[in-house]
Amino acid sequence: MLDLLRYDFFQNALISTLLIGVSCGLVGTYIVAKRMVFISGGITHASFGGLGLSYFLGFSPILGATVFAVLSALGIFFLSDNKKLREDSLIGIFWSAGMAIGILFIYLTPGYAPNLMSYLFGNILTVTREQIVLSAILFVLIIVFFVRFYRPLFYIAFDKEYSRTHNVHVNMIDITITLIIALCIVLCLKLAGIILVISYLTIPQAIAGLFYKNFKQQLIASALISTSGSTIGLFISAFLNIPTGATIVICFLLIFILGWGLKKVAR
Amino acid sequence: MNNSPKPILELKNIDAGYDRQTVLHGVNLAIYDHDFIGIIGPNGGGKTTLLKVILGLLKPFSGEIIYPACRQNLFGYLPQNSRFDQRFPIDVTEVVLSGLMSEKGLYRSYTRSDKQKAWELLEKYGMGAYKKTPIGDLSGGQMQRVFLCRAIISSPRILILDEPTTYVDSNFEKEFYPILEELNKTLSIVMVSHDLGTICSYVKSIACVNRELHYHHSNLITPEQLQSYHCPIELITHGRVPHRVLKDHESSHL
Ligand SMILES: Nc1ncnc2c1ncn2[C@@H]1O[C@H](COP(=O)(O)OP(=O)(O)OP(=O)(O)O)[C@@H](O)[C@H]1O
Ligand SMILES: [Mg+2]
Repeated sequence: MLDLLRYDFFQNALISTLLIGVSCGLVGTYIVAKRMVFISGGITHASFGGLGLSYFLGFSPILGATVFAVLSALGIFFLSDNKKLREDSLIGIFWSAGMAIGILFIYLTPGYAPNLMSYLFGNILTVTREQIVLSAILFVLIIVFFVRFYRPLFYIAFDKEYSRTHNVHVNMIDITITLIIALCIVLCLKLAGIILVISYLTIPQAIAGLFYKNFKQQLIASALISTSGSTIGLFISAFLNIPTGATIVICFLLIFILGWGLKKVAR
Repeated sequence: MNNSPKPILELKNIDAGYDRQTVLHGVNLAIYDHDFIGIIGPNGGGKTTLLKVILGLLKPFSGEIIYPACRQNLFGYLPQNSRFDQRFPIDVTEVVLSGLMSEKGLYRSYTRSDKQKAWELLEKYGMGAYKKTPIGDLSGGQMQRVFLCRAIISSPRILILDEPTTYVDSNFEKEFYPILEELNKTLSIVMVSHDLGTICSYVKSIACVNRELHYHHSNLITPEQLQSYHCPIELITHGRVPHRVLKDHESSHL
């Protein structure tokens, strides 16, 4: 199995799996604590519009996906903040609008787009140098942000109104974490595919939540579970020559069931 | 009133409300050092709205709010009902520490002595056994105590309490008012309460809020005064209360 490590493509896949594993573990903990799972689904699917547009115009798909993800994340954030529109309706709108735009542009683009499939279902083995560099930058950004602004981030997530009475830059923190979520989702597309991204942001956190009720512990545990689960999944999938994204999700599920059973037994 | 000291905070001719529905009309209020203002008024009269305007949570339609130059540790706030997620993974100590946000800003770190202070407060308010408990696992009254600790840990200049005794038991309520009296030596308090008996015996001045605000410079309030304030409040008071009154009247105000 270790022979795999001699191949360039596998090294690249392993590096980006580790980077994305930690990033998704941390960001997902915030998403779950803040009950933003549905929002994240909306952002993920909205980014499909960007992919379609990029194929049509011949741009880098990751660029299009990033633009759509960021715009939809900020759109949901600002439009739902003024309370006139229900947040869940907005998410539904962005979700379906992105998918519709993507489908139409892909239809309009002549020829078959094999690369597109790697974004729908994920294919980490075709990850590029460019994407690894971007994942590394995001990884550093996330670590720095979570360590440096841990308490403001945590307290604002808990009680935004109270934080506003304390003269801290609530919006700055909220917008930054919204952007981080959008970027994290985009970089996770290549690993998990649009269809499975959400599991990377929720299952490791659910496992951590079984054992820890404290945010800081949940962050660390999720990052560890996410990283180890996806690394195991990557090796198994490469060895058996089956789709990586789905294998990783199955690994997460098995760990979840194991953890759940352990907890029941421990009672 | 010309040579009186400068207020900490002043509202001038404020109109405020929601979605163009005006709730408060032409409100003037000044909060001075060592004030203890009791706010009374009917349900839906705009008391919570007034507090939100003071706290800067609700932008008024018109009028002016004059804040002090330094906003650090200006407010401690105990909301009427905190709309937070009961299952958010935060423990009691962290909730109390979040009261230091104004002082810490984005960059300063929380020290061991901050934590010590949070624990002392929790100990003092009978929550010492719950330091590590997730906030959602507490009862309503216990949460109220924790939020009180959060409101005062920073020693704010103005402590704003919105019906602080709604959930707490009579035992704690008895301890609660002397605590406020003690705090009032160093900070100003603005408190909304329906408990008129208590308001009358502890506060230094009363404001009646029913779309408009009527300020009364002492804690003695008579039915006639209430009447002139268009305040449809029934005063039933017990115990050590300056004025024992029992009166009901119509709001003559639109
Ligand atoms: N978020 C909101 N959106 C729209 N209208 C609101 C909102 N909050 C309050 N109101 C309206 O403003 C008016 C005043 O409400 P407010 O909460 O200030 O009353 P209150 O004096 O605090 O009452 P209570 O004694 O019940 O706490 C009410 O008529 C209410 O319908
Ligand atoms: Mg109220």
